[in-house]
Parts: sequence; C-alpha cells; structure tokens
Amino acid sequence: MAGLTLFDKIYNKHVVTSIPDGPDVFYIDVQYIHEVTSPQAFDGLRKRGIQVFRPKQICATADHNVPTENQHLPIKNDLSRHQVNTLVKNCDEFGLELFGLEHPYQGIVHVVGPELGVTKPGMTMVCGDSHTSTHGAFGAIAFGVGTSEVEQVMATQCLLQSRPKRMRVTVDGDLQKGVRAKDLVLYVISKISAGGGTGYFIEFAGSAFTGLSMEGRMTVCNMSIEMGARGGLIAPDQTTFDYVEGREYAPKGAEWDKAVAEWKELYSDSDADFDKEFVFNAADIEPMITYGTNPGMGVGITQKVPSANDIGANSEKEIESFDKALDYMAFNVGESMMGKPVDYVFVGSCTNARIEDFREVAEIVKGRKKADNITAWLVPGSKQVEKQIFEEGLAEVFAEAGFKIRQPGCSACLAMNDDKVPSGAYCVSTSNRNFEGRQGPGARTMLASPITAAATAIAGVIANPADLL
Amino acid sequence: MEKFTTITSPAVPLSTENVDTDQIIPARFLKATTRDGFGENLFRDWRFDKDDNPQTSFPLEDPRFSGEILVAGKNFGCGSSREHAAWAIHDYGFKVVICSFFADIFQNNALNNGLLPLRCSAEFLAKVFAAIELDNQTKIKVDLANQFVEIVATGEKESFEINAYRKECLINGFDNIDYLLSIQSEIEAFEKA
Repeated sequence: MAGLTLFDKIYNKHVVTSIPDGPDVFYIDVQYIHEVTSPQAFDGLRKRGIQVFRPKQICATADHNVPTENQHLPIKNDLSRHQVNTLVKNCDEFGLELFGLEHPYQGIVHVVGPELGVTKPGMTMVCGDSHTSTHGAFGAIAFGVGTSEVEQVMATQCLLQSRPKRMRVTVDGDLQKGVRAKDLVLYVISKISAGGGTGYFIEFAGSAFTGLSMEGRMTVCNMSIEMGARGGLIAPDQTTFDYVEGREYAPKGAEWDKAVAEWKELYSDSDADFDKEFVFNAADIEPMITYGTNPGMGVGITQKVPSANDIGANSEKEIESFDKALDYMAFNVGESMMGKPVDYVFVGSCTNARIEDFREVAEIVKGRKKADNITAWLVPGSKQVEKQIFEEGLAEVFAEAGFKIRQPGCSACLAMNDDKVPSGAYCVSTSNRNFEGRQGPGARTMLASPITAAATAIAGVIANPADLL
Repeated sequence: MEKFTTITSPAVPLSTENVDTDQIIPARFLKATTRDGFGENLFRDWRFDKDDNPQTSFPLEDPRFSGEILVAGKNFGCGSSREHAAWAIHDYGFKVVICSFFADIFQNNALNNGLLPLRCSAEFLAKVFAAIELDNQTKIKVDLANQFVEIVATGEKESFEINAYRKECLINGFDNIDYLLSIQSEIEAFEKA
C-alpha cells in the first residue's frame, strides 16, 4: 500500500464517521469568525433554539468592514456599524471570545490566528472566508466555507466534507533577486490557472517553499484558493516550531515537547500518491505582476501584456473572456508592464500585511520619496503588527518617505469600508484578487509583492524592485 | 430548505468564464445581517451602469432571455466564499446553474440553499449555449431524480453526477444541521477518544 500524504494523515484523524455514498463527518478543531459571514449563522442557531457547541474552539475578530482611520470613533456607515455591533452582541450572547475594534489583538482573522498561536500544525480549521487557506502554512488543513457551514460548525463542531483530490506543487532552487513568496505563488497560479486547482488540496514542497519564513509560507498558502484549490499546506519543520513557540495560545513546557514530537510526524511519506503533480524551477521566476482580472493572469514584471494565444486560450469563449479582461484594464497586447501609470498603491490584506512585509517595504522606501501621483495605503494586518511597526521605527521611515500607516483591517482588498479605489484608477496591490470592481466599482487592480508595490510607489509607475535592492 | 422538483424552463446564457463571486454579489452589498433581498443586487455592476441604468447587453437585463436556469461559462463561482452569491442567485429566481465546472465553495453553498449546481460536459454546455442562441426561449429540462439534463426541442440529453446524500437532501429539502445534531453523541465520543 502506498504511503500517506501530509493531507491524508491530518484528514484521517479528523473523520468522525462516513456517510455511505455521502460525505464524511469531519471534525473541526478551530473555527475563526468575522462580522460579515457570521450573523446569519448565529440567527440560524437562535431559530433552532441551540447554543454554540464548543465556544472555546471559536476565535472571533472584526476585520472586513472596519474603518482604517479613527477606529476609536463610532463607524460612520450605518450598515457597517450595525454589522460590527451585531458581532459584538452575538459573541456576548453565545459566550465567545472576541478581538473587537478596541482589543489589542484585533486585526485580519488570518493574521491574528497565527500570531497568537491559535493556529498550530496538524489542526483542522475553517472560517467563512476563502483565505482561510492561509493557515495551511503551519501544516494544517484549513479552508473557507459558506455561512450555512459556519452554522454547522457552530452547532456541532463538524462539517460534512467530501475528501478532495491531492495535488503537489514542487519548486526547487533559490529565488532570484527581488523575488518573494508572492511572486512565487503568482507564478504558480499563472502556470496552473485560476481554476487549475479546483477539486484539490495542494501541498507545496521543495526548497523554494521550505526556504521561506512563516510569513512567506502564509502568503503562498493564502493564495491556494486563487487557483481554485480549497486549501494548500506545507509540512511543518523547525521554522514552523520556532514561530509557534512562546505564542500566547501555544502549548508550554512538557505539553510543548509532546506537541512538537507529534508535529514531526506530519509530512508526506516518500511513497505517497498524488493525483496531480507540478514541478517548477525557482530560477525561472522573476518579480510578478498581474495584467488581467483574475489572479492567473500574471506575468514577469519585465514582460509584455500577452495575447490570448500566448497564454494558450483556444476556445471562442476563452478568447472572449480574455478580451473582456484586457478591455476592463484598458491594456493592449504587447505593451510593456514596466513603466505603466499607477494611481494607487495598497500594502495590506491577509496575503501581505504581516510585520515582515512592512520591514521589506521600509527597506525599499528608506531614504527615498513617494511619487506625488501615488496615493498610498499602508494597512497593517493587526494591532500587534501596527505596534511592531512603531516599536521597530518603521513608522518613521515611512513618514520620512511620505507614507502614512493606517489602522488594521481588510481595507482596500475588498473595499467594504471607505478605502475604495476610484473607477478607472490603477492600483498596484499586495492583496489577492484583481477581479473587476474588487477594490471599488471600476477599479483596476494589479497584484504584486510588497516590494514591487513599494518600488512602484517610489517610481510613480510600475517598477522592478530588483533595481532598488 | 425548499424541496427540489423537476424543472423545465427557458434559460439565461452567461458565457463569460471564471465568473467570480465578487461579480455575482459585490462586497459592498454584504453588509446585511439577514439572508434576504440579495437578488436585487445580483450581478449589480454588470446589470447596471454607474447611474443605475440597466445594461441590456448583459443577459440578465436582455429582454430576450428569462427562466429559472442560469447557464454559465466554466469555473463559475470562483473567488470569495461568500454564501451571499448563492443566496442572490436563488433569491433572483434561479433554481439551477448549469456549467462545465464550478468552484468548490460555491458548489457547496448552492447545495446548502436548494440551488442545484449541475455539472455537465464542456460539449453539452456548448450545445446548450447554441440552442439558446438559436431560440432564446428554448426549454431546458432538469430531472434531478433521474439525473439528466435535456434540451427539450432536440431531445439531446446528458446524465449528470451528484453525490447520493446531497441528492437526497435536495429532493427532500433536508438540512445538514438536523443530521449532524442527530449524531451529537457520536461527535462527543470522538472528542474523548
């Protein structure tokens, strides 16, 4: 019999029972919740007259709908205020811990969980948010669910789940100058396509991934969903253990030693079978940027806008969809990406708003000045990241270069709050989606790494960060 | 959940591929705390321009098309996990989405709301689009009990796959939570083991 994959080792341990000809009853260790996808689930519990089954296994924070300025004041927008207040009331009524707006741990749910040590190797985690895949960086099964499923987990700590297929993406070699985790994952998505991972759970393997910090690994796993995969994961190693150790919710003392011994068993056996495998070479990857309206439409920053033919579109519908994307972006085939005009730069989101991201941005902008034509939003992923930015003196570096730090939240990644890019304007963004209107109706988004965003903010046009390092 | 019965209806064709849930229901409409009323803003930014004028070039606002079936280009429902997308499609009046492949999370969300995500072959999908182009009101029949989809005028049929448990739930309007609550003692035993 073939060995087991990392995914199957964790999955098997969490199957309560299997329905004949149906899904598995799958146990969830931790559920993260936020204000947008939870209210209807709480309502469902009330209608059934039941309580939350395991309140201590739920971690709540307000992030999607919060302002990134003047968070001490009441939220101006009535609907947003109501939604955030509803979360406060629901957590109170059902006895859940909430890292709300005034709390020192508030922030984007996928930044907060790992930095508090709530996320640990071998766990199963869900959240009503597709970027829950982020937590897979710790060697955990983590994926996004809809609100009905949020309610299922609140009611029973279980989910009805069919076992996905297994994919492995291996990238070996050293990353080139100016290439970061974001570029690595944008490259993989450009090769596999925005739907290529649908039906799979992806294991990322090879030295290009294992050489990344935990922040970098989170960036990679975060974007698994952008190739259609429910989630992605990376086998835990010393880098993982060092990150988790000492965090508030991490095991301590003898419990810690026992946990690490168990976590060391979490890897794919050498004879494990994958349903699909991709292998790429790190040397082929340069800083990436997207030119279209899905995350699979990315190219190396020194490249030109490709044609439908270049990317292998062959059906009439595929070509139509490709043309529609270029039309929305107002880009023409054959134009250089470098030097294209930009109006906004956004550094933030669950993909790239951790302390390492801001350190790297600071390194680029230090001693330089933001271009006058650029409106820049630097939005930390959490209150703790914000605090670190000030403690490490990064805030001064940003201020001298003409950048201001905002307060934590999802912000311009999905533009539910006031941080909207105007119609027709171009934004280089460290977030995860360049969909039409994602950053505001009519906004045109180009996804890139934090250092590409920083280099662009300095140059005032799309620029290669490798030239500033 | 509403019980799903056999449906025979004209269909609305949306051939664009990789339609993400941000298009289905833009984030700015996710501020509600109930499940109702999302249909009004379904495909908001494709159906209407900035000044709220209907865009008849978009199939949902094109008077030639109507019906309870949405026919979509491949990778429908990708992106955000927002169940609001399934709520909006269902609330607007669709009972079925036919596509050659769906994004995973959307597929589950649809099933949890009595909306059938019907996966057919790329060839059959092309035939359905062609049939609607030929006759905008051509009828499509979706028979869940017998698991087939048919272009009524030509009699062209294809069978489709669906998990037996999910099918049972749709046909009877069963709810997953009722089932999970019924095995709570088993879940508690699992936790102790």
